[in-house]
Amino acid sequence: MDTLPLPDDGTAAAPPTPDELRELYSLMAAVRRLDASAVAWQRQGVIPGYAPELGQEAAQVGSGYAVDTSRDFVFPTYREMGVARAMGVDMVEYMSTHKATWHGGLYDPKTSRLAPIQAVVAGSVLHAVGWAHGQTLDGSDAVAMTYLGDGASSQGDVHEAMNFAAVMKAPVVFFVQNNGWAISVPTERQVAGGSVAARGAGYGIPALQVDGNDVLAVLEATRRAFVHCRSGNGPVIIEAMTYRRGPHSTSDDPGRYRSLDEERDGAGEDPLRRFRQQLLSAGLADEAFFARAEASAAAEAEMVREGLEALGPRPGSEMFDLVFQETTPALQSQSASWREESEHV
Amino acid sequence: MTGFRQAQSPDAKSPEAQSPDAPSPDPEAPAGSHTVTLSMQQALNRALDEVLAENPRAVIFGEDCGRLGGVFRITDGLQAKHGASRVFDTPLAESGILGMSVGLAMAGFHPIPEVQFDGFAYPAINQIVCQMARMNYRSRGALPMPITLRVPSFGGIRAPEHHSESLEALFAHVPGLKVVSPSNPHEAYHLLKYAATRPDPVIFMEPKSRYWQKGDVDLRAADTPDAGPPTGAKVMRHGRHITLVAWGAMVARCLQVADLAAEDGIDVEVLDLRWLKPIDAEALVASVRKTRRAVVVHEAPLTSGLGAEVAQLITQGCFDTLKAPVERVTGFDVPYPSGDLEDEYIPNIDRILFGIQRVLEYRRG
Repeated sequence: MDTLPLPDDGTAAAPPTPDELRELYSLMAAVRRLDASAVAWQRQGVIPGYAPELGQEAAQVGSGYAVDTSRDFVFPTYREMGVARAMGVDMVEYMSTHKATWHGGLYDPKTSRLAPIQAVVAGSVLHAVGWAHGQTLDGSDAVAMTYLGDGASSQGDVHEAMNFAAVMKAPVVFFVQNNGWAISVPTERQVAGGSVAARGAGYGIPALQVDGNDVLAVLEATRRAFVHCRSGNGPVIIEAMTYRRGPHSTSDDPGRYRSLDEERDGAGEDPLRRFRQQLLSAGLADEAFFARAEASAAAEAEMVREGLEALGPRPGSEMFDLVFQETTPALQSQSASWREESEHV
Repeated sequence: MTGFRQAQSPDAKSPEAQSPDAPSPDPEAPAGSHTVTLSMQQALNRALDEVLAENPRAVIFGEDCGRLGGVFRITDGLQAKHGASRVFDTPLAESGILGMSVGLAMAGFHPIPEVQFDGFAYPAINQIVCQMARMNYRSRGALPMPITLRVPSFGGIRAPEHHSESLEALFAHVPGLKVVSPSNPHEAYHLLKYAATRPDPVIFMEPKSRYWQKGDVDLRAADTPDAGPPTGAKVMRHGRHITLVAWGAMVARCLQVADLAAEDGIDVEVLDLRWLKPIDAEALVASVRKTRRAVVVHEAPLTSGLGAEVAQLITQGCFDTLKAPVERVTGFDVPYPSGDLEDEYIPNIDRILFGIQRVLEYRRG
């Protein structure tokens, strides 16, 4: 499905260069390694929990790679580590949310162009519409991209966001990762009609359904969507069809709701292996390149682990100091009591 | 010429919504005076007009806020004057309005959204409580939420269901929100101008039954020409025998009660709390240390209402000198009733006088 018109000048987004293709693979390898490492760290007690994105590397890296971090802004959920990595967000600061250091993560959302990690399903979709309308008011050509899943598509806020965005012609890319499962509930019991992208027709929003395990298809779709939004044409929906190969979170047990056979059949081809074959076939990378990518990914994951282990808890005073820009007497009083009774100051 | 209960506006949500007189573009004031006579609707409109003029990042939006000027006409004329990019209509969805406000604030704007009636804040609760109230915290102060959410609030206009709610205790309980309610046109003008320039989210609860009551507004400063910002509570009438604590529309009622009580020789102090979060505990304690008796009056239901918080703050600060337990005169623990019964529900003069009597007649042991 593809109802996104070509740009007025008829040109599609430029295809990625060989260097970009290799960078995409390196990013996917880094994300795969960090994701697997994070699950292990949870088992080892380094972090208390994590929401793996195994199998969604192409959808996340391909879309995040299209973002222009000098102007655009991205609104993630709690499962967008691959997007954050592709955007160049500091991974220790990003992963700190999973270490229970600070809910939104420690990265600066303004400089990284990534909104704080959002734990409410579909919670930030409307924020993207408001931010995007702000760009319209400012005469900017920046674009907001908001992430949501097949489960989030059931939330009323997604309807409100798509309707608002279409009415206001807000430059928003709604990037739906349809990974087949909302914890234990499969898409067929979640998404009436079977496609979130198909709903675009009702809002008059152009929509694309792409193979979310094909990083090049995802990148091309996202770049096209950004061109459309930047030109003042209003929002776009991209539905990347992918598969959540792992559990919902490190607390989840998929064995209770799907069999290993179902997992294997549903997951399809591994997005990394597939892209690797493409690069090999095109002669753009060799075994030495892949070995370097793996080694680099392993080294990066190790650095992130060291960074997380070195990360102490934030000072308790931040509980009080960061509630408001202008604090209140009650907070000051509670903060003082806490210091006296807990820190014995 | 009060405009009270005049023409009905053709509004889907509120057949009871009232139109004001056409607001006068110029203050109804003699030349050289800083004091003008305005209705609360006019005072709020003027405050918003000035906020838009002074802050180019301020934007006003909501259902019917633009061309119509709002069902209560609080934004009347503002779109024509400041343009449709500063004052605009949204689709009819409160969660969308508040979620959009969060995004606009993240983009550096100062949103002043309107939820048309108190009861319609409920569809936006997730965006208010889980998003607007927490984004500054979640982002470690990187993404402040300078959002002033205007909510026509409380009862008294014989409106349909969901148009007369008192949500202050709910909002005041949410970390990250501030809550304020004006009681008269002067307070409305200054509190809104102050709230709409703050870097934190403020729920601005407008007592809709007072929209068309006129009063003097001193435009120069918040309270007196030399006073600071309108941050705390305010003594609206000084008295020696008992303190009535109220906010919103109940302040005017308590002032009426004070007049009646004075005929019986009871000298009532009326404290307009103004800010329901943060509550001005110092002002509460200062007043009750003097009077040694207090009654708190609100329209919201009794149980877990803000009156309980007020009573605790008074008890904490005045336990040694209190002559009687703090009394609460409030709405009942019932869904807000239909118009025919709302006068039975909202604290009336008799019920407040009974409350005063119970406190005055209290004997220890």
